[in-house]
Amino acid sequence: MDVMKGKALKYGDGVNTDVIIPGKYLVYTDYKDLAKYAMDGLDPDFHKKLGERKIIVAGRNFGCGSSREQAPIALKYAGVQCILADSFARIFYRNAINIGLPILECEGVSTKVDDGDELRIDFKEGLVEDASKKIKLKTKPTPDFLLEIMEKGLVEYMKEKKKRSKT
Amino acid sequence: MNIIEKVMAKASGRREVQAGDIIEAKIDKAMMNDITGPLAIEAFKEMGGKDVWDKNRVIIVLDHLVPANSDQSANLHRILRTFAKEQDLKYFYDVGRGGVCHQMMMENHAKPGEMIVGADSHTCTYGAVGAFATGIGSTEIASVFLTGKLWFKVPKAVNIIVNGKLNPPVAPKDLILYTIGQFKADGATYMGVNFSGEAVHNMSVDGRMAICNMVVEMGAKNGIVEPDEKTVEYLKARNLVPFEVVKEDPKAAYDSVVEHDASKLEPMVACPPSVDNVKPVSEIGSVEIDQAVIGSCTNGRLEDLRIAAKTLNGRKVKKGVRALAIPASQEVYIDAMREGVLETLVKAGVLVCDPNCGPCYGGHLGLLAAGETCVSSTNRNFIGRMGSPKAKVYLASPATVATSAITGKITDPRKHEA
Repeated sequence: MDVMKGKALKYGDGVNTDVIIPGKYLVYTDYKDLAKYAMDGLDPDFHKKLGERKIIVAGRNFGCGSSREQAPIALKYAGVQCILADSFARIFYRNAINIGLPILECEGVSTKVDDGDELRIDFKEGLVEDASKKIKLKTKPTPDFLLEIMEKGLVEYMKEKKKRSKT
Repeated sequence: MNIIEKVMAKASGRREVQAGDIIEAKIDKAMMNDITGPLAIEAFKEMGGKDVWDKNRVIIVLDHLVPANSDQSANLHRILRTFAKEQDLKYFYDVGRGGVCHQMMMENHAKPGEMIVGADSHTCTYGAVGAFATGIGSTEIASVFLTGKLWFKVPKAVNIIVNGKLNPPVAPKDLILYTIGQFKADGATYMGVNFSGEAVHNMSVDGRMAICNMVVEMGAKNGIVEPDEKTVEYLKARNLVPFEVVKEDPKAAYDSVVEHDASKLEPMVACPPSVDNVKPVSEIGSVEIDQAVIGSCTNGRLEDLRIAAKTLNGRKVKKGVRALAIPASQEVYIDAMREGVLETLVKAGVLVCDPNCGPCYGGHLGLLAAGETCVSSTNRNFIGRMGSPKAKVYLASPATVATSAITGKITDPRKHEA
């Protein structure tokens, strides 16, 4: 999972957890139900757009607001492959990694990348390439242990850690 | 070390830590509620968890959907009730036995110098007694249930010094709204926020809770107030003993320092659609309201209800406006009942609800229709936060909300004092 490819789906600044998954849907425990209502508060065409654009590219403070893990879950199970943003709110950032939704902070990505652009993301290198624009954006590399959690999710990671400590 | 570093050093068993260090901290208490808990239990079981690390330190509170308003929410409650029983948890706050989760933590659990995590973003409230408290997600809290530990990056910290005195009815809520307006919604991302200065020193623990509660609205990891005699008095009165007072070092360093003059503050309002869109109430023009709400983990305490009652005493909520008052806990409810606060509110035409989160997070009790406007003492005003995405939410202090309930439009409480 060190490298990921796909098309950009653009959103703006301050996309908060209340628009990602409004409070009234938090009674659902089935991930498929949550996925159905992803971005319900922001973009009625979200699911249609996701058909071919699976990498969300957003501005500042993506995921601000509540600690509801249902927000990254809804996005992941709706089919979002990865989220790039100028910056993330901290609880959302940790939640996304913990549930295994790849996420990368890349300052300036929202101004340089356009909707539909073809992207290649190298987490290990900390590199975002926009093939449509033929530009490269540098950011901080994701450390190995975070990559591992991002790939497996924290549940699997903890399971393995538990097993390792026993042997 | 500053106070945040002191608490983190203690929790990680180190003599010294500084901003940027990654630590593994021992967790004193871990809390979850009816919205975040069921996912956490699922993750805990999937991780192979059998018993939580300490059944006296895992706290469950039902508050977002209380009482259950659908079979789905009743099911969420059932999942938590069953888990509490299976695990033999000492602290499970069921319907009618608790209130808003953060209020429960402050009434019965949080102590200075403790490391507390909660699966709810407003967990940062407990900095009001000098704890390091922060919100985390469901899966992460499941890992805490398993191990009793969690990794943190020691945050850079800002010291917000609030000089002078707040002039009532200007309240702690106005101070924090003003601060968020200055910092903006991501101005303190990943940072710790220390509140100090004369105005904070003079503030009740209830008031300190309101300011620490909302630091997450500017992205902060935690908010904290160094314990003083008011903290000690609060803890003793609540029988939260024994406790250890952790203070900052004499030459504590903060990454940045911001100074406010409390005496110059006006009543503030956060206008839709973001918490950082803050203006003095005198500058927002004429905003008619359909609903006024006093409650939540931000402003649903006795102090807040008293202000509402004082404002509404002998007056009536304007016809066409519905006003809700939601005590933050059973205890606040009883105290407000005893003092006659509830009677005053009911006589004024306020609907007094059961202790719970109310309409604040948009899932229950007092939601808004498209085109409606609400002024609320709660903490978020995002699109769709309180019902329809076409409704508008303005955030303000209890005094501003209560005054607005009388006039039917958002009103400066200084102009309508008794």
